[in-house]
Amino acid sequence: MKRLLIAAAALISGIFTLQPVSAQDSDWQDVLDEAKGQTVYFHAWGGEPRINAYIQWAAREVENLYDVRVVHVKVSDTASVVSQVLAEKSVGKTSGGGVDLVWINGENFAAMKTSGLLAEPGWAQSLPNWTYVDTENKPTVLVDFTVQTDGQESPWGMAKLVFMYDTARLDIPPASLDALLAYAKSNPGRFSYPQPPNFYGTTFLKQTLLNTIADKAVLSDPVVPNEFEVQTAPLFNFLDELHPHLWRQGQAFPKNAAHMRQLLADSEIDIAFSFNPGDASGAIVNGELPPTVRTFVFDGGTVGNTHFVAIPFNSSAQEGAKVFANHFLSPMAQMRKQDPEIWGDPTVLNVADLPANEKALFDTQDLGPATLTPEELGSTLPEPHPSWVTALEQAWATRYGAGSQ
Amino acid sequence: MNARTLHNQKGLILEDVSIQLEGRTLLELDATIEPGTVLTVMGESGSGKSSLLDFIAGFLKPDFKATGRIILDGTDVTTVPAQERHIGCMFQSPLLFPHMSVAQNLMFAIPTEIKRRTARQSLAAEALEAVNLEGFGSKDPAKLSGGQQTRVALMRTLLARPKALLLDEPFSSLDQSRRADVRQKVFSIARERALPVLLVTHDFEDAEVAGGPVYRLESPATEPQ
Amino acid sequence: MAKFRPSSNLPSLIVVFLLAGPVLAGLAGTVLPAFGYLPVLGARELTLAPFAELFSMPGLLQSTALSFWTGLVASLVSLAIVLCFAAAWSGTQTFQRVSRFLSPLLSVPHAAAAIGLAFLIAPSGFLARLLSPWATGWARPPDLLLINDPYGVAMTLGLVAKEVPFLFLMTLAALNRPEIKSHTKVATSLGYGRMSGFFKVILPQIYPLIRLPMLAVIAYSTSVVDVAVILGPTTPAPLAARLVVWMNDPDLSLRLAASAGALLQLGISAGAILVYLLFEASVTKLSSTRLARGHRMKSDGAGRMAVLATMVFIVSAMCLSLLVLMIWSLAKSWWYPAPLPQNWSLSVLSMALMQTPQIFGTTILLGILAALISTSLTLWLLETKTNAGEQVDHRLRTLIFVPLLLPQIAFLFGLKMLFLMIGLDGSFTAVLLAHLVFVLPYAFLALSDPWQRLDPRYARVAATMGASRARIFFKVQLPMLTRPVLVTLAVALAVSVGQYLPTLIIGAGRVVTVTTESVALASGGNRQITAVYAFLQLLIPFAGFAVAAAIPAVLFKNRTAMRLDA
Repeated sequence: MKRLLIAAAALISGIFTLQPVSAQDSDWQDVLDEAKGQTVYFHAWGGEPRINAYIQWAAREVENLYDVRVVHVKVSDTASVVSQVLAEKSVGKTSGGGVDLVWINGENFAAMKTSGLLAEPGWAQSLPNWTYVDTENKPTVLVDFTVQTDGQESPWGMAKLVFMYDTARLDIPPASLDALLAYAKSNPGRFSYPQPPNFYGTTFLKQTLLNTIADKAVLSDPVVPNEFEVQTAPLFNFLDELHPHLWRQGQAFPKNAAHMRQLLADSEIDIAFSFNPGDASGAIVNGELPPTVRTFVFDGGTVGNTHFVAIPFNSSAQEGAKVFANHFLSPMAQMRKQDPEIWGDPTVLNVADLPANEKALFDTQDLGPATLTPEELGSTLPEPHPSWVTALEQAWATRYGAGSQ
Repeated sequence: MNARTLHNQKGLILEDVSIQLEGRTLLELDATIEPGTVLTVMGESGSGKSSLLDFIAGFLKPDFKATGRIILDGTDVTTVPAQERHIGCMFQSPLLFPHMSVAQNLMFAIPTEIKRRTARQSLAAEALEAVNLEGFGSKDPAKLSGGQQTRVALMRTLLARPKALLLDEPFSSLDQSRRADVRQKVFSIARERALPVLLVTHDFEDAEVAGGPVYRLESPATEPQ
Repeated sequence: MAKFRPSSNLPSLIVVFLLAGPVLAGLAGTVLPAFGYLPVLGARELTLAPFAELFSMPGLLQSTALSFWTGLVASLVSLAIVLCFAAAWSGTQTFQRVSRFLSPLLSVPHAAAAIGLAFLIAPSGFLARLLSPWATGWARPPDLLLINDPYGVAMTLGLVAKEVPFLFLMTLAALNRPEIKSHTKVATSLGYGRMSGFFKVILPQIYPLIRLPMLAVIAYSTSVVDVAVILGPTTPAPLAARLVVWMNDPDLSLRLAASAGALLQLGISAGAILVYLLFEASVTKLSSTRLARGHRMKSDGAGRMAVLATMVFIVSAMCLSLLVLMIWSLAKSWWYPAPLPQNWSLSVLSMALMQTPQIFGTTILLGILAALISTSLTLWLLETKTNAGEQVDHRLRTLIFVPLLLPQIAFLFGLKMLFLMIGLDGSFTAVLLAHLVFVLPYAFLALSDPWQRLDPRYARVAATMGASRARIFFKVQLPMLTRPVLVTLAVALAVSVGQYLPTLIIGAGRVVTVTTESVALASGGNRQITAVYAFLQLLIPFAGFAVAAAIPAVLFKNRTAMRLDA
C-alpha cells in the first residue's frame, strides 16, 4: 500500500511538472488559431525604404506561415500614433482600434504606458521566442529608459550611439567628449547636433550629460527640480563653450539624423552620428555616403537602448500582433535584420546561447565596412530616467532655442 | 375695364400697373395693346422704363414694388414665373450666347415639344432665310456685325413662339442705315404674327415708325411723395 | 443660426450640414483643451493654466513675431510683384509668355518647392556647386547661415515663390473682362504711362476680386508649417512649426498648451489680416487724393524692366528648383562640389512607380471627388442665391472660411473626435469629408466672382424663351463659365492632393495618398526618394491645370467671345 501511494505521488507530481509546458504550448496554439485570418495594422516609421522592405518580407513570411495579414502603415513620427490611440481612448473606443502594433520606445512608450494606452502586461514574455532574448547582457530589453516594460512591449533591435566620419578628410576621430570640443575649436563649423527635442539631439545631450555629470547614479531616478541646475551646470558649461564653434555657430542646427548624414556627405560637417551602428554601412550601400566613411565611439562608452514593438489596449488584432512580434524575435528574422545589406540593426538575442544551427547564421554574417564589431562598439551607458529628457529639452530651449544669445 | 369681360380678348393688357421704388411711384400705366400693334413708352433715364419691362417679363428686382395686373391673351400672368409667360424680350445688346453657334442659338429657343433634330434644324434655317442670313448657321456669333446679330436675336425671340414682344431699345446699338431696315423687319413680323408689342425707346423716329400709341413717362419726381 | 427658407436653400443647408459639424468639432477640439478641458488626460477643469504654460515657453514672443511678419511681408511682396507685373506688362506677348510658365508652377506642392529652393541656395547647394571651387575657391562649403536664417528671409522668399503664381492666377481671372481693355486705351490716350494707368484706373476695378484670395494667402502664410520647417528659423521657430512639435511631444499634457498656442496662432492670422485691411484702407484714402492730381508718369521704362527682371528671377528660381529636383530623382550619389551627380540610378524611380499605382489611385479619386463635390456645391449655392436675388449669407461665408484660419493640427484633433464618435474614423469617406472642409473655401474663392460677373441678362433672355431654371443653368450659365469652372476644379484638385495632416490624422494611416507617402519617406532624408515623390506629388495637379487650360482651347476654337483676352 505504501509503495502504491509513493508511486501515485510520484506520478501525480510528474504530471504537475509536465503540465505548465503543455499549457504554455496550448496557450500559444490558441493565439495562433485566433490570429488566423486577422489583419494587423503595424504602425512603424517609414522613412527608410530598406526597413520598409524588411517589414514587407516579415509580413510575407507571417502570411504564408500563419495566415496573418500585416499592413505596414508608414509613419513619419511615432507621436501621431500615440495621438491616434489617445483620441480613440477619449471617445471610449476600447476595442477595434486602428492601431494593432506600433514601433516604439523611450518617451513615447512611457507616455503610452502612463496614460493606459497599452495592452495588458506580460504578453511579451508569453511569446515562444522570448526564450532567445538576451535578458542578461542586454538589460535594456526589460527596462526602457529606466521604465520597466512589464512585458507590454516586445524588444526588436538594439540601438547604440555611434559617430560617423569621413576617413578621406579626417584621420583620427576625437574619441571622447573633450577631444570633440578640442576638434570643434580647431575646426569651427565642422560639427553639430540636431536641435532638441529631436530624438538625436536629445541623445547627444544625454551622452554629454553622462560624460559630464558628477554622480551618474542620480540619472536612474526622476529629476529633482531643485538640484537639476547644479547637476547640469557642467553640461551647460560644456555646451556654452562648444556652441560658438558649431556649424552655423549654433544659430541653426541640423533637423534630424538624416540631415546630419547629408551634411556629412556634402562636406559641410566632418562628424555625424546615428543610433544604428549599421546605418553608415547601409548609407554607403545606398549611395548616400561616400565609401570612405567609418564609425567610432567614445572611449568611456556611449548611450544605448533597445527599440520595441508594442500593442495598444484596444487593438483589433491582438493575437495577430503577437504572432508578428514573435516572428520578429525568431533567429532567422533577427539575423536578416542585422545584415547590413538588408537593414543592419543589431539583434536583441543572446547569440551565444542559440542552438547550433541558428548560431551559425550569425557567426558567418558580414556586418559591413563601416560597422564596428560588437567588441569594438564598447560599453553601453544606460539611458537616464525619461524625466531627465524633458528637463534637458526645456533647459536647452531656454538657453539656446529662444533666439541668439 | 373689367377683367372678366376680357376673358377671351387677345392682346396684352396692363391693368392699373404701378411701380414704386423706395416709396416713390416711378410710373403708373393702364393700357391695352392690341395684337399686331405697338405701344411705345418713352421717357428719360431713371423714369422707370426698364422696370416696367422687368415687371411685365417677370424679372422685377426685389427693391421695386409693383401693383396691377398683366393679362396676356385672356390669362392673368402677373404671378406666373418668367419662363412660363411666353413673353419674348429683346434687349439693347443682342445677347447671343457666345459659346453657341448662330444655329445653336436659334435652336435653343425652339420649344422642346419639337423633338426631332432635323425639324429643329430646318426651323432654324428658315428663320435665318427670313432675315437674309442664309448659311450663317455654323458661324461664331461674335463674328457677325451688330445688325446681323440683332436680326438673329429677333429670330431667336420669335422661334420661342412668344405671345407678346417686349423691346428694350433694341435698335439703339445699330447705325442709321441698318436701323431702319431692322426696325422695319421687326414691326412687319410682329404685325404678321399678330403679336402685341411694347417698345421702350428714347428715339422719336422709332415711335413714329411704330405707329401706335405713345405713352410718355414723367420725369422722375425729385421729392418723395 | 438664422432660419433659412427651405425651398430656396437646399444647397445652403447641405453646405451647413457638411461644414458645421466639422468646423464646430474642430473649434471645440481646439478651444476646450486650450482652457484646460481634456478628459482623457485627466484634465477636467476649465482653467487658464495652458495659456500660462504657453506664455512661459522660451522665445514665444519671437516665434509669434516671426509668424506674423514673415507671413505678412511675404504676402505683401507677392502682391506687389504680381500687381506691378500686371501693370507693366499685361496685354503684351511677354505677359503671355511669362503666364504660361507661372500657371504650371501652381501645381508644385509647397514642400517640394521649398525643398528644391533649399537645395538651390544652400552653401553646399546647386548654385554653390556650379561656381565651386573654380570661381569661389571653396573646397568645402562655407559656413553661411542662408537657410534657416533667424530673421526668416529664406522662408519669406520661399513663400513668395509659391504665392506669386497663385495671386497671379487670381489677377489674371480678374483682368479677363472686356472693359479692362477699353479702359486701358482710355488711360493711355489721356497720356498716362502704362503702370500709372493700371494703378489708377484698372486696379481699383479689379482689386475687389483679388481681395479675398489675398486674405487667404495671408492666413496661409502666417500659419504655414512645412515651408517654415524647411526654410525657416529654428532658434526659435515660427509659432506654427512649434505647435506641431508641442502637439507631438510624448509629454501628452503639452497638448493643452499647444491648443492654447493654436488659438494664439488664430490671433496672429486674424491680426495680420486686420493690419492688411488697415493698410488697404489707408492706401485707398491716399490714392483718392492722388488720382485727382493727374501725375502721368509716362517714363516708366526702368520700372517695367525692374519688374520683369524680378518676375523672371522668380520663375527661373522655381524652374531651377524643379530641375534640381528632377536631377535628384535620378541621382544615387550627388555630393559637393559636383554640379552633376557622381552616381546615377533609375532604381528608386522605377520602384516608386511600381509601388504607387494604388496610392495614385486613392489620391486621384479623393482629389477628383473633392473637386467635383466642392465645385458643384459652390455652383449650386451661387445659382440658388442669385435666383432668389440674394447674396450668399455672411454667416455661411464665415463658416466656409474658418477652416483656413485655424492651424490644421489643432483643428483636426476635434474633427477626429467627431469622426471617431460616428464611427467613420480611418475611412475613405471621412478623409473625403475632411478634405472638403479645406477645399471648399478655395472653390468658393475661385468661383464666386466669375459667377457674379456673368451678365444676368443672358439668363433672362433664356427665361423669356421658356427655358427652365435647370436648362438655363446647364445650357447657358455653366458653359459660359467653362474656364473659371475648370480652373476651380484644378485648384480644388491641387488643394486636395496637397492635404497632408487631414489625410494622415483622419485617415488613421489607413488612407495612403502620394502626399502622406511622400512625407513618410522624406523623413528618412534620402534626397533621391524625396525628389521622386515630390514629382509624383505634382503630377496630378499639373495634369489638372493642363486639362483646365486645354479644354477651353479646343472647345471654343470657333468662339471668339469665349477666348481669354490676356
